Amino acid sequence: MSKITSIADLKKFQDEFKAKQAATAKDKIVVNVSLATCSIASGGKTVMEAMKDEAAKQGINNVEFMQSGCMTYCHSEPTVEVTLPGKDAVCFGKLDEAGARLLVQKYLKSGEEVGVVIPVNYTRVVL
Amino acid sequence: MDSKKQLRIATRNCGFIDPENIEDYFGVRGYEALANAVTASTPAAIIDEMKKSGIRGRGGGGFPTGTKWSFAAANQADQKYVVCNADEGDPGAFMDRAVLEGDPHSVVEAMAICGYAIGASIGVVYIRAEYPLAIKRLKKAIEDAHTYGVLGNNIFGTSFSFDIELKYGAGAFVCGEETALIRSMEGSRGEPYTKPPFPANSGYWQKPTIVNNVETFANIPALLVKGADWFSSIGTEKSRGTKVFALAGKIKNVGLIEVPMGITLGEVIFDIGGGCPGGKKFKAVQTGGPSGGALTFNDVDVPIDYDNLLAKNSMMGSGGMIVMDEDDCMVAIAKFFLDFTMDETCGKCTPCRIGSKRLYEILERITLGQGVEADIEKLKMLAAAIKDTALCGLGQTMPNPVLSTIRTFEDEFMAHVTDKKCPAGVCTELLEIVIIPEKCVGCTLCARICPVNCISGKVKEKHVIDQAVCIKCGACIPKCKFDAIVKQ
Repeated sequence: MSKITSIADLKKFQDEFKAKQAATAKDKIVVNVSLATCSIASGGKTVMEAMKDEAAKQGINNVEFMQSGCMTYCHSEPTVEVTLPGKDAVCFGKLDEAGARLLVQKYLKSGEEVGVVIPVNYTRVVL
Repeated sequence: MDSKKQLRIATRNCGFIDPENIEDYFGVRGYEALANAVTASTPAAIIDEMKKSGIRGRGGGGFPTGTKWSFAAANQADQKYVVCNADEGDPGAFMDRAVLEGDPHSVVEAMAICGYAIGASIGVVYIRAEYPLAIKRLKKAIEDAHTYGVLGNNIFGTSFSFDIELKYGAGAFVCGEETALIRSMEGSRGEPYTKPPFPANSGYWQKPTIVNNVETFANIPALLVKGADWFSSIGTEKSRGTKVFALAGKIKNVGLIEVPMGITLGEVIFDIGGGCPGGKKFKAVQTGGPSGGALTFNDVDVPIDYDNLLAKNSMMGSGGMIVMDEDDCMVAIAKFFLDFTMDETCGKCTPCRIGSKRLYEILERITLGQGVEADIEKLKMLAAAIKDTALCGLGQTMPNPVLSTIRTFEDEFMAHVTDKKCPAGVCTELLEIVIIPEKCVGCTLCARICPVNCISGKVKEKHVIDQAVCIKCGACIPKCKFDAIVKQ
């Protein structure tokens, strides 16, 4: 990739990212797994692997997995945020391997919420 | 319950972007503030903007960040340094780790902006070696920033160059104090020195140095993109913006929160934190870690900002909030924090080295039931003397847990020294475990579990605990099916 040498270059990256995001939002399911030290310690990686495995088993091919940092919900780790195409993100907590598989079978497959749903309790500054 | 009491600025990207992917950060307008700064603004204009925003240091002291930067900028030197203090050491605090693991680029970007503003080309992150994942992600962020040219030589095609290196701390609490931190970075013992000279004039290798905390830096890209007017519209008159807290202890919703300054303690504990688990009564919250003090159930209407906390013998600190409920003994809590500072004092100055030990001894005496009434006055006097005479921030703030607990819970201290009772039932030496005769049916379960065989009584007769032998282990209490055994 090329180096960024001007604001125009940076804007190009921003636009590309937005375009990519818009394309993803249209027909992809985004599974965002919180993987900070504490989330990993409470089993975040196990949850991610279980969801990947279960998605493959269920034949759901349009899932994009991503890792992120702290989702701030220590009380309900491990946490996973799922965004179905055209819907708002929903955050699920207190998952384990079985819960992760159930989440794929229910929410990813048919949009049925299962387990612990964490309500959004903040306003986020978006630049 | 208003579910949107939180406002996330410093943690705006945590949990939303992949911290190991710089393009994710570009996508949320990352490095735009840096680009604008170096291509279209001047160092003086940036410092003005910082001053106008009213942002103060988030590491504890609360010094106005823009003013600090202007001191370093005014100095002429062949080299200046930007230091990020990531030596997070308060018990129960993990804000900085969360930011570094969730959004490392915001810190990298802000350090470069600071470098441009004060005329520094080198940044150093002093980070705890106990944070391996934060270190890994930060390293990756710095590498990627180099690859894309937003760090290194001639950033955005200008003559400004900036690079960042990492220094690892060995986990000494005192090294979070900026002068001790600088000493440690130079390879010396992590001991503080008297200010002045302030690091902004003469710091790392005697060069002008800005030391800012992780959270302070994380605010800056957002502040500059959205502008000082926007930032200063949040919070209170003297404390602008938001503060990240780590809610821990006896609280339902343990977690990281970011709230606008001026939010009341009650809103944090009850609306966001959900109160104490098990329906227990909220008693107090320790803010500012071992350097802070307790805010209590009397203070639920206090708006949280730098000055209000100081007025309550506490301090903002870096943002640890340890919540205590009715089952916690305030003398024991004060003793716990003194134990921590007694271990962590570097030993350089006498008030801190010996003062912490003496405070601890008095507190221990009280919890063992050997305290006398005069001890409480002694605690107050000694605490005041240490506050006035200790060399650095660690020593000067170390008596806070004692002073602030006495302020509201003097009766609890008195109960320990005069009645030899611990009202919360924590200090074992002051407890008696007794069997209520009216409730005892003589089932013998308690006598059989007792490890020291101090419960006597025959089947279907009232049982009695021999207080001289009882070790107060409490094993009998849950065994009794008739709730006949109580601590008092």
